[in-house]
Amino acid sequence: MSAAMDTESTYSGYSHYSGHSKKAHRQGSRDRHKSPRSKDGSRSEKSVTIQTPPAEPLLGNDASRAEEGQDDNWGETTTAITGTSEHSISQEDIARISKDLEDSVGLDCKRYLGLTVAAVLGLLVFLTPIAFILLPQILWRDDLEPCGTVCEGLFISVAFKLLILLIGTWALFFRQPKADLPRVFVFRTLLLVLIFLFVFSYWLFYGVRILDSKDTNYQGIVQYAVSLVDALLFIHYLAIVLLELRQLQPMFTVKVVRSTDGESRYYSLGHLSIQRAALVVLENYYRDFTVYNPALLTASKSRAAKHMAGLKVYNVDGPGNNASGQSRAMIAAAARRRDSSHNELYYEEADHERRVKKRRARLVVAVEEAFTHIKRLQAEEQQKAPGEMMDPREAAQAIFPSMARALQKYLRTTRQQQYHSMESILQHLSFCITNNMTPKAFLERYLNPGPTLQYDRDRWFSKQWTLVSEEAVTSGLQDGIVFVLKCLDFSLVVNVKKIPFIKLSEEFIDPKSHKFVLRLQSETSV
Amino acid sequence: MAFVPGQPVTAVVQRIEIHKLRQGDNLILGFSIGGGIDQDPTQNPFSEDKTDKGIYVTRVTEGGPAEVAGLQIGDKIMQVNGWDMTMVTHDQARKRLTKRNEEVVRLLVTRQSLQKAVQQSMMS
Repeated sequence: MSAAMDTESTYSGYSHYSGHSKKAHRQGSRDRHKSPRSKDGSRSEKSVTIQTPPAEPLLGNDASRAEEGQDDNWGETTTAITGTSEHSISQEDIARISKDLEDSVGLDCKRYLGLTVAAVLGLLVFLTPIAFILLPQILWRDDLEPCGTVCEGLFISVAFKLLILLIGTWALFFRQPKADLPRVFVFRTLLLVLIFLFVFSYWLFYGVRILDSKDTNYQGIVQYAVSLVDALLFIHYLAIVLLELRQLQPMFTVKVVRSTDGESRYYSLGHLSIQRAALVVLENYYRDFTVYNPALLTASKSRAAKHMAGLKVYNVDGPGNNASGQSRAMIAAAARRRDSSHNELYYEEADHERRVKKRRARLVVAVEEAFTHIKRLQAEEQQKAPGEMMDPREAAQAIFPSMARALQKYLRTTRQQQYHSMESILQHLSFCITNNMTPKAFLERYLNPGPTLQYDRDRWFSKQWTLVSEEAVTSGLQDGIVFVLKCLDFSLVVNVKKIPFIKLSEEFIDPKSHKFVLRLQSETSV
Repeated sequence: MAFVPGQPVTAVVQRIEIHKLRQGDNLILGFSIGGGIDQDPTQNPFSEDKTDKGIYVTRVTEGGPAEVAGLQIGDKIMQVNGWDMTMVTHDQARKRLTKRNEEVVRLLVTRQSLQKAVQQSMMS
């Protein structure tokens, strides 16, 4: 439940206070709520209960695994438990079930509660100065000294300062939560504790010295309330500095590498905790990295499979489970083998390049030709030829067939065909026609793989992220820290480096000091 | 032939006497010079020390009076008729060699082979 406190919710500044004080008996519920939303990336291991165990147990002990030659009929005599029973459910069903679980129970409940608590607290703190001023009036009005001009001036100042505080809090804290982070924000918690202690000590003083003793000096009471509001404004300033300003100055350069294809980027960050740095990296990931395309990785996987399949190890000298010796023998043999897989790779890649270029040329020509069939009607002409006018969607549908085949072939060659459905292509085409784009502008989306944001959410492959880190995720960034952001299919490895200390010195050059001389070597004949 | 500022320059020299040849209105010697204190010494292909700003013989015409007298390409001219040529500008050097009223110029030239020959004879 306390995970809700971690969101950048509206009153998040105050919500952590509740997380702190009620943390004790929330721990249990936290674990319970956490388990269906386990972000290990190994969710498949936790929810799938149907597996195919290996066939060995029926042969006996593990030591006999090495004796492959002994029982040749083991393939026929063993029985294996497979997942094809009547009551099995497929992988998609499981994914759907777990998604439903997390969507319904966890999130809304946590956030809603957090918001309510934060709202109540914020209101309390806001109303405290008003209470300080009003309580004496209500409780012992007759004994109070009359409020002079100075005192009434203070009323105005309290009112305006409260207004400024309200606007400032709205500007700083009232934001849509954009992320759900694993652990609590340290600075926000600190601020909350500070505010709580502060207001508590003010109430204590007020209760003891003013309420109990029924102080009659009303001006003093009002000044006390004004000092509270002043101090709240200063705490607001502290909040701005700690939460917003401190991380603006860049101190670290962060290298992000995607594990599947090695695409890398560099970003500059200031003093952030690891979880916030991870958040920044992820926000930039959706914009900067090209979309993850599993179809592009099959080539290297098949090559890897061929490497492994080439050699087999036979144990000629009898039993002896020397696994490390076997693997070393395999590596040595593989190194000595003269394989021509590099040749294959080179020619395959050259061939692929040529094919892609050819298809691309055909596509560009087809699209250019298709675009020449359309002309935009000006306003005056629109009245003259009412018969054949089409809106952008119809125009797109009219010219689409002439380029459809070339586009389809190109997408197949570059393995992008799942990312673009016919509907999306038609939509994009009508969008380009509406905005007077040239064929090249229309094709820009298909010729180069774009960032993940450009595509449909279903094709993203990366919506649930896990932060894997050896340091505590609320500790600050240091030089040399490495953490990994995992999602189901791939991971982003993040390496943090400190920006070096730069020594800059100055040198003054007089503009008149630029003088030149000719270098001659003349030869005279005498 | 290294030049140490403040110390007298010592070199093994050869005396060469060239008789000028009259060609029309001019008296020619039959060689070309390069170098001088106003020139760039690093571009001199013949000097051993690339800071040497002396006057060097860059070309010797075939069959000319200089070749006949024994002047070789790459020689450094130390004196002309008693006038020093180690610290002169290019133009001054040209003027000293091409005085119209002199028929004969007596040069003191040095070259690396001379130095080596003297050293060898001293050792043997």
